[in-house]
Amino acid sequence: MGATGIIFRREFGAYVRSPMGYIVAAVVLLLDGILFYALALGPRAGERLSGEVLMGFFYNASGLTAVAAVALSIRLIAEERAAGTQLLLNTSPVRDWEIVLGKFLSALAFLSAITVATLYMPLLILVNGKIAVGHIVVGYLGLTFLGAAVLSIGLFATALTRHQLVAAASASVITGTLFLLWPLSQIVGPPLSRVFAALAIHGRHWAGFQAGLFHLRDVVYYVALTYFFLYAATKVMEAKRWE
Amino acid sequence: MVHLSDVTKYYGKKRALGPVSFEIERGDTVGFLGLNGVGKTTLLKILACGLRPSSGTVTIDGLDILDDPHEVRKRVGYLPELPPVYGDMTVGDYLHFAGRIRGLAPEAVALRVPEVEEYARITEVHDVPTRNLSQGYRQRVGVAQAIIHDPDLLILDEPTHDLDPVQIMEMRSMIRALKDSHTILISSHILPEISQTCDRLLILNAGEIVASGTEAELGDTLLRSRGMVVTVRPAVDAAATAALEAVERVIRAVPGVTGVGLPDRPARAMAATGAVTVRVDGEADLRAPVCRALVEAGHDVIGLSLAERELERVFVELVGGAEA
Repeated sequence: MGATGIIFRREFGAYVRSPMGYIVAAVVLLLDGILFYALALGPRAGERLSGEVLMGFFYNASGLTAVAAVALSIRLIAEERAAGTQLLLNTSPVRDWEIVLGKFLSALAFLSAITVATLYMPLLILVNGKIAVGHIVVGYLGLTFLGAAVLSIGLFATALTRHQLVAAASASVITGTLFLLWPLSQIVGPPLSRVFAALAIHGRHWAGFQAGLFHLRDVVYYVALTYFFLYAATKVMEAKRWE
Repeated sequence: MVHLSDVTKYYGKKRALGPVSFEIERGDTVGFLGLNGVGKTTLLKILACGLRPSSGTVTIDGLDILDDPHEVRKRVGYLPELPPVYGDMTVGDYLHFAGRIRGLAPEAVALRVPEVEEYARITEVHDVPTRNLSQGYRQRVGVAQAIIHDPDLLILDEPTHDLDPVQIMEMRSMIRALKDSHTILISSHILPEISQTCDRLLILNAGEIVASGTEAELGDTLLRSRGMVVTVRPAVDAAATAALEAVERVIRAVPGVTGVGLPDRPARAMAATGAVTVRVDGEADLRAPVCRALVEAGHDVIGLSLAERELERVFVELVGGAEA
C-alpha cells in the first residue's frame, strides 16, 4: 500500500471515529427517507409511475449527495492546517497528489457508503412497482459521479484555507454556480446557453443518470470536472506546502 | 551533515531569518538559542523541508532541500513546537500511521512502534486517544513520531514547551539518550535546556546568528575577556571609603576600562583582611595593565581572576542588548 492508501485508511478512520461523519450520514438518510416518503407514499404518490418515483428519488438524492459531499470534504485539509497536523504530512516523504488522492478517495468511500445505505428505497419501488434494475444501477452511478465531482470541489476549497467555514463557503459558491448554470442556460441565448448547459453540473449531464440512461459524454464530464478540481487542489497543496 | 549558505526567509518585506550560514557535522547535538520570534522555528522548518527559504542553499546529507525534498524528508525527523498528533487516533495507531507515512514497511513499523513507545515511555498509553493525553505525554508522542523511522537528522523545536519541571528532566534525559545515534538540532529560549543537552550552541537574534560555539568557547570569548575581579589591599592609610576611591582612580585610568564595580559597604568588606574585591569591566583582557597600574601605585594585588558570569547573562546581553 502506497502513501495514498495509508492516507485513505487514516482519513476513512477519521470519518468513522468522529461524530461528524455520523451526523452527516444521519441527516442525509433522514432527509432522503422523508422525501422518499412524501414522494412514494404521500397523497400524490398514486398518481405517479414507478419510474417517475425512482427519478424523483434520484433527483432528491442528488441534491442531498452534493450537500453531503461539501460537508464531508471541507475538513480534509483545513482541519489539518488548523490543528498543525499538516506539518507531519508536509515533512514526510509523501507527494502532494498522494495526499489529495488519499483524502479524496476516503471521502468518496464514506459518501458512497451513505449513498448505498439509501438503496432500500429503490428496492422498495422494485418490489412494489415496475422498474428496471439497470435504472437503479445507472442512477447510483450518477450519484457517485456527482458526489465525486462535488467532493473534488470541496477538496479544492479546503486546500485554500485553514478555516472550515471559509472552505464550506467557497465550495458552496463553486458548486452552487455550477448548479445554477443549467437554469441560466434556459434563460440566456446561444452561444452562452450551450456553454452553460455543457458546464452545468446538474442539468443535461445529470438528467441521463436520473432517467437510467448511461451516456459516455456525461461520464466524461464528471470525470473531467473531478480531475480538474483534484489537479487544482494538488497545485494549491504544492504551493502551500513550503509556506 | 547539514550545510546552510546565506539562507534568508522573508515574509513579504519583513525579514524573518538571515542571512545565516553554518555547518553541522554528523553526530553533533546543536542548540539554537534565542528569544521568541527571532527566527528559530523558521530556521528549523526550513531544515525540515517545511518552509522554502527566500534565498540561499540548504543541503542535508549532500542533498539540496529544494532539488530533492522527497529524499531529504526520509532522512529527517521533525517535532514542531506543537506535536502534530491526530486527536481521534490512539497513540499506537498514530505512531503506526507516522511510521508508514515516513516510508516504513508494515512489518518494520509493527516492530518499531513498541520500540519507540518504550523509548519515549508511552507504552502505557498505547490505546489512549491522543486527545486525552496530557501535554507531557503529547510531547513524548511527538518525539516518538519524529524518531519512528530512525532518521539521521532529528529536529526538535522547543521540545520542553509547556512541560513541568519533572517532565523537562525526563525530556532532557530522552534527548541525551538520542545523542548517540542521531544528529540533533534543538531550539529553545531557555538556556539551561540547551546548555545541558547540546554540544554546540548557535545564538540567534533578529534572524541572525550572533554567536556560536561550545558552551566553553562562548564563555571564553564572550565572558572572560570582558571582565575580571581584582582583590586589592589599598596602600592608602585612610578611611575605607577614601582608600577605595584611590584604588578606583588608578583602575579607571587604565586605557580600555569601561567600568569599575565597588562594594556597597567598603568598611565592612575591608574589616577582616584589609582588602577589597573590585569588579573591572573592559573591552579586552586587561588583567596585565590593571595589575601593573595598581602595583605601580603602591597597592597590593592579592587576587586577580577572570569574571565568571552566568551564561544566561551573556545570552541576555547578546539577544537583549543594553537591557543586560
